[in-house]
Amino acid sequence: MLINILIFCPIVAAIAGLLGAPARRTALLASLINLAVALVAVCSYDKGGPAFQFVYEHGILPEWRLSYLVGADGLSLLMILLTAIVTFSAVWVSPPVERLEKQFYACLLFISAGAMGAFASIDLFFFYAFHELALIPTFLLIGIWGSGDRHAAAWKITIYLALGSFVLLLGLIGLYQGVPAALRTFDIRGLQELAASGKIHPASANTIYLLLLVGFGILISLFPFHTWAPRAYAAAPAPAAMLHAGVLKKFGLYGLLRVALPLLPNAARHWTHLLLILLIGNIIYTGLVAISQKRLDMMLGYSSVMHMGYIFLGIATLNTLGLNGAAFLMFAHGLSIAALFAVAGQLRKRTETLAFEDLGGLAKPMPFLGFVFGLAAFASIGLPGFANFASEILVFFGAFKSHLGGGWHFFGFRLATVLALWGVVLSAVYMLRAYRAVFMGEVPSRWNNLPDLKFSLRWPISLLIATLLFAGFFPRVFLAFLAPSVKAATFRETL
Amino acid sequence: MIPAIYLEAFVLTLGILLLLVEAFSGKEDKTPLAWMGIAGLGVVFILTFFTANDPTSQAEAAYWGFYQADFKALFFKRFALLTTIVVLIMAIEYKGVVQKYIFGSKPQAGLGEFYALPILTCAGLMWMASAVDFIMIFVSLELVTISFYILVAYMRRNTRSLEAGVKYLILSALSTGFFVYGITWVFGVTGHTNLGQIAAALPHLRAARGALMFGFMLVLVGLGFKIAAAPFQLWVPDVYQGAPTPVTAFLSVGSKAAGFIVLMRVLEVFLSVPWMVRKVTTVIVALAALSLLYGNLAAMPQLNLKRLMAYSSIAHAGYLLIAVACIGEGGGAELAISFYLAGYLLMTLLTFLVMIVVANHSEGDDIHHFNGLSKRSPYLAFGMLVAMASLAGIPLTVGFFGKFLVFYVAYERGQFLLIGLGVITVAAGFYYYLKVVQAMYWREASDKTPIRMAPLTKGTIAALAFCIFLFGVYPAPIMRALEPPPPDTPRMAAR
Repeated sequence: MLINILIFCPIVAAIAGLLGAPARRTALLASLINLAVALVAVCSYDKGGPAFQFVYEHGILPEWRLSYLVGADGLSLLMILLTAIVTFSAVWVSPPVERLEKQFYACLLFISAGAMGAFASIDLFFFYAFHELALIPTFLLIGIWGSGDRHAAAWKITIYLALGSFVLLLGLIGLYQGVPAALRTFDIRGLQELAASGKIHPASANTIYLLLLVGFGILISLFPFHTWAPRAYAAAPAPAAMLHAGVLKKFGLYGLLRVALPLLPNAARHWTHLLLILLIGNIIYTGLVAISQKRLDMMLGYSSVMHMGYIFLGIATLNTLGLNGAAFLMFAHGLSIAALFAVAGQLRKRTETLAFEDLGGLAKPMPFLGFVFGLAAFASIGLPGFANFASEILVFFGAFKSHLGGGWHFFGFRLATVLALWGVVLSAVYMLRAYRAVFMGEVPSRWNNLPDLKFSLRWPISLLIATLLFAGFFPRVFLAFLAPSVKAATFRETL
Repeated sequence: MIPAIYLEAFVLTLGILLLLVEAFSGKEDKTPLAWMGIAGLGVVFILTFFTANDPTSQAEAAYWGFYQADFKALFFKRFALLTTIVVLIMAIEYKGVVQKYIFGSKPQAGLGEFYALPILTCAGLMWMASAVDFIMIFVSLELVTISFYILVAYMRRNTRSLEAGVKYLILSALSTGFFVYGITWVFGVTGHTNLGQIAAALPHLRAARGALMFGFMLVLVGLGFKIAAAPFQLWVPDVYQGAPTPVTAFLSVGSKAAGFIVLMRVLEVFLSVPWMVRKVTTVIVALAALSLLYGNLAAMPQLNLKRLMAYSSIAHAGYLLIAVACIGEGGGAELAISFYLAGYLLMTLLTFLVMIVVANHSEGDDIHHFNGLSKRSPYLAFGMLVAMASLAGIPLTVGFFGKFLVFYVAYERGQFLLIGLGVITVAAGFYYYLKVVQAMYWREASDKTPIRMAPLTKGTIAALAFCIFLFGVYPAPIMRALEPPPPDTPRMAAR
């Protein structure tokens, strides 16, 4: 029941808004309700109980074993919490919308509902379908309310993601058909049992995993498929970028953790090297590209692509430390990138440009924005005290000690870890340079009287930063319910 | 329980009755005729649910083996009835345009036949759904085609409509020629025109295999024309654009569905012979690949929405042919085809209905006439958005579930070439369908007058949009209508 509220509250609010209820207030109320419900769910989750709790099932096609089946374990709860927090702050920091206000909030709410549904689905079909709920709203958000080269960016992200999701669909169909006809099911729990007893056809497993990796990879902006992300995030209005980069992109990673690894562990091992090479591309290549950016929004876009590399590294390790780190980093990165895009959106609203050469010294007229941007940038680099640090440490330790099979594998992981550590230096370089270019130095005279963030708008950004700090200082609070689920979901005898 | 054969009789009577009333009434206003037609068809639609469908007792003995009322036949009869009802609703909305191009003695002269002819076409479509004999197939096909000859060229002072009429007449007659010629070859080889008897005769056929193949290929050419598959698609764009819009909708839904049901019935017979399977499948794969590529790629640069829908119709024929290429044991492919067509009905009719309303208020049906529709009429814009999302194949719409089923059977049968093409062309589809969305939401309208429409039209749009979502999430009703669930064993398991 709790989960149904989480999914349908935004949808109802969106429809109410479209039908004439005050759009902003309805959206805020719905996201506040969702935040509260998510917190209740996290608190009432029984760590000793079964993996999936709050389960609700409604049969759709019994003969296909397809049903609307939602529930949450520790991993999905963490993602649901992330969605609720980011949605709430994204709706709150939304600037006044002049054109088609109802539709704007409806789009945001639909993206949120889609993400919630995807994270809460235990049924493969709805897991996939809910994610796609966000596709058209994203297209509209960027195309109507975006800035700069918004039309090209909207087309690119939409068609790229549509293509990726159909590749993913093929992988999921393959997975469903990979077991003998009598046992086929869309229930992820059922599939896990089948996988554990070796019922998934090993011959097709490698192909299916590759399809899933490419499909999810496109959605996550894995290295050669990442070009849609920076432009889209740069052009998107701030709340859309927050939701997409912070929450929606995590769907692919969540899918790898929830579907690909537990069901096809041997295939995952088979493709580890490919993944290592691609993720180094994410970290090093995209990191260098981020350094060369001349605009804050593009740089943030590339930084978000780059950080996916660390999460991939955690996933590639296939061990407890790394996977927990990856899951936790998804949470941390979602919060920090959302905070960064929120600040960038506020800057754009005031200065109408985000090019580094036009900005400078803005910490003087806007001390609060400068302060939170600094904190979020530190978090993004991975400084201790923030959740990003705690999770990256787990990823690196996990990767360094990963030695599947020994030999070349061992070497590959060592090498990848070392290169990924250099990535931290890269992200420090571009983040600090951006900070200097935007907030330090001489203030151009025309920016002298820019107003700082309104008091009421400080809350949502502070909420993001506070959560990051809390999770950085007390990671055990989260790992306590995350770790058993990650273990249960991904650790079978086969691993 | 009434015998199924009465259904067509009712529809035919209704059509003739309307023509008579039209001829003898001196009334100026012809709209009541359309109302009567809608009501009458509605009654017949309800009657289909009280029809005895017992294929075993009726198939062989009754009606000289011409007629079969199995689940599939009943399903497509409902399909034809529903289509015709919506087409009549469109015709009411469209009457202004028709009047403009017919100068009679009275203002509404000629409108009566415009409402009555679709009903006769509907009877033909319904007979075709039940036809299991080549003679019966041919006769009902001709009933449909001849009414279309008139309807396409209905606006006789409009050169486009006339051009469309001539093109349709010539090419349709040609394809009918191919079809009949093919039937004679099949008859010559097997000595039967009844599909059941042909199926019984085929396994014992030793000689003249080439001749049979030749005959079958000719039949395929004739049907390829009806379903608008490449390379028999040349007539489609011009005819679709020139014909009155309700007729275009009727053509693209009714004619296509009729073609596919005949194709399924014919293939069922010819694919039961092992030596034909490979050759026939190869030909259908080629047709599917050509239709997918031609339809989707040629749709991309279109600027006129009717023309775009014409190419989209070719593209959808391609997706349907993917499933046709997978017809074989199991019956999953036929389910996919029928489901896809049902979805296609909903989304295509919705598109044309909105198009008619918008064109009435904008002097044209180019895509730029939809600019800023979200401001002029959020209601229509949302309806169109739903239709386009479903045509593109976004999950939780009926269009997606159809595509899902098609890819599902294709994956199961290992048609990887078609799957690959399908995924690429789906991405192309996103481009041209979202082009309409782009016009409605991104662009500003030049003409800002709000759009009004009749309550019936408004209700129909809502009903169609609702069904698109309903069957996208809960497809069971359509699937049950196609084949009742077996008592207890899951259907997938039974295979």
